[in-house]
Amino acid sequence: MKAQPQRSLLITGGRVVDPASRIDAFMDVLLADGKVAEIAPPKRIRGGADENLNARGLVVAPGFIDLHVHLREPGQSYKETIASGTTAAAVGGFTSVCCMPNTNPFVDSAEWVKWLRLPERGAVVNVFPIAAATLQSKGTELTDFHTLQRAGAVAITDDGKPILNDRVMREALRLSAELQLPVIQHAEDTRLTEHCSMNEGATAFRLGLRGMPVSAEAAIVERDVQIAEATGGRLHVAHLSTAEALKSVRRAKRAKTRVTCEVTPHHFTLTDENVNEYDANCKMNPPLRSSADLEAILVALADGTVDAIATDHAPHARHEKQMEFERAPFGITGLETALGLAITQLHRERKIPLSRIVELFTSGPARVVDLRGRGTLALGSPADVTIFDPKKRWTFDAAKSKSKSRNTPFDRWQLTGKVMATIVRGKVVIRSE
Amino acid sequence: MNKAARGSLLGIEHLDGDEILKLLKTARRMNPSKSRPLLRGKRVVLLFYEPSTRTRTSFEIAAKTMGAATVLVQSSGSSIEKGESLLDTGYTLRAVGADVIVIRHPNAGAPHLLAANLDIPVVNAGDGMHEHPSQALLDAYTILRHKKSLEGLKAAIIGDIYHSRVARSACHLLSKFGVQITLCGPPELVPEIAATLATGIRVTRQLEEAVRGVDVIMLLRVQKERLVGKKIELDTYISRYQMTPERLKLAKRDAIVMHPGPIIRGFELTGEVADCPQSVIVEEVASGVPVRMAILARAAAGKI
Repeated sequence: MKAQPQRSLLITGGRVVDPASRIDAFMDVLLADGKVAEIAPPKRIRGGADENLNARGLVVAPGFIDLHVHLREPGQSYKETIASGTTAAAVGGFTSVCCMPNTNPFVDSAEWVKWLRLPERGAVVNVFPIAAATLQSKGTELTDFHTLQRAGAVAITDDGKPILNDRVMREALRLSAELQLPVIQHAEDTRLTEHCSMNEGATAFRLGLRGMPVSAEAAIVERDVQIAEATGGRLHVAHLSTAEALKSVRRAKRAKTRVTCEVTPHHFTLTDENVNEYDANCKMNPPLRSSADLEAILVALADGTVDAIATDHAPHARHEKQMEFERAPFGITGLETALGLAITQLHRERKIPLSRIVELFTSGPARVVDLRGRGTLALGSPADVTIFDPKKRWTFDAAKSKSKSRNTPFDRWQLTGKVMATIVRGKVVIRSE
Repeated sequence: MNKAARGSLLGIEHLDGDEILKLLKTARRMNPSKSRPLLRGKRVVLLFYEPSTRTRTSFEIAAKTMGAATVLVQSSGSSIEKGESLLDTGYTLRAVGADVIVIRHPNAGAPHLLAANLDIPVVNAGDGMHEHPSQALLDAYTILRHKKSLEGLKAAIIGDIYHSRVARSACHLLSKFGVQITLCGPPELVPEIAATLATGIRVTRQLEEAVRGVDVIMLLRVQKERLVGKKIELDTYISRYQMTPERLKLAKRDAIVMHPGPIIRGFELTGEVADCPQSVIVEEVASGVPVRMAILARAAAGKI
């Protein structure tokens, strides 16, 4: 790759919301040499820049970080590629994404971790690989955490399925403590969810579908929290979906155990009733839960129990979702709708302050996987910036998505809050008018 | 998803009471022993992904009695075996000229997927644990041969409700006409949540309580093939829930005993109950033909 001359960019007139620096004020931001060079009250920055970006009426935030995306490479490029997935990420305001290892083959070796980060993958935003916790994510033999970490893995997980075996999980969290490498758990006791395709409850009964009980998630989270307490390992609960599991996380946090958790936009927006008449775009794992679970999640997003909003962006080809509901694969896309849903559902409906929402997209996730210097606009940080209009009303059109897949329940949804520009390493990668 | 073509019958849940009454009225006008060429020149495809005796033969006889050509497509011996998707099979059948598709499928919602993507009527002949609308209609038809109306009746449905599409469709139908429904069986087969299916449904574990004073008793087979990880103790089940002549006496004197079949004598009911004068089990099968004639006439015409 040719070395490009580093250009400077001055963002003026915007409301800077940087929870990590405790800033929520009208400021100008100067980006230079790929870093945040200066941040000052309006019109105080002298000397000008190569490029100016007028952010009047807009929020200027640290670049968003998504802890949970499926970019489908290697092996399933018909669903998504790193290039298409990261373009969708940029549209959604994400300047960094952490990609899951349940690809084909699994990302369970240093070679594959490095492969994901090669320039020829064509990533538009920063990609931070998460490596498999066990070989081929079979749940039996741990991978070489230390080597994976040195190759660039920011966490390990067997996402898509859980690390079910107590002994394997204990060993993973022991190593996690030693290496300061988070273990991300897809909390599902699969012994209780065989043949299940949605949440257990009235809708599942009505539709004649086998339901996943709340306890399948809660029991694993509770067990993991106890192992994290005992080992000092860093546990991160992926896509937490039940009130019951939140109780374990709350208790762990009060006891200062190193437990974090993320919640997806679909789990804070929809319930199992949205499955309606077998809408496969409402089929994901964990499934959409009850309204009581949704309520508990909204409370936890507001009160600080939840560390991050993560999309669990899971693209699937049209023909795969156009199957019998029970046979269709789990998962929906989510990168381009995350901010709009957060502002619409959390800020407008629930009055959660914008600064808290920004935290859930930035410093919150950065802390979970130690993306040092990211998730903030502090001087010297990487020049990753997300600029959004918190008041703009727009309609999401799945047909225009930059993802290769269209499996979203939010097609044609009216949302408030839109990403206007995404800046990665000082360069504007997406701009919306 | 698009709307199903007119004349489709995907379930009882979203059918209104008037439509149900219209279908039953049409069924009463149908005479299975006299052919009525309402479907002359029409092609009815019976797409069966699951084994079936009663439903398949009665749909076939119903279609043929009305002059339709019928084709049976089963998962074995067709491209389904080679991995063809449900929708591609549907497109193929549409392309060869199917006018109506009657589908039986092990997955709940399969007929809905087909109907949402085809422009011809789709009739649900049983989808997984979801619905079996033609069975509910023939049950209502049978009840109405013995009772003046559905309004005000009390019914007990006993056995494996959880796995039963027959039970779900029956609950929806009877509930629409104000029938008081009691579901009875062990918690593994009759979860409390079953009471939320429609209005007027309650759950009890006591067979005697369920049966006392009812007009209709519907028995269901324990679907061992669908018991995933659930274990049912045979002896306990029989001692608590088997319909015996003694227990039948608790119901109204003119109560009828129904069962969608196949029955397992000595399990959910004794042989005496199956063959007693109050049993309408064989009559239900006979009702299947005129009711399915009405369903197919509605499908082919797009209206009754």
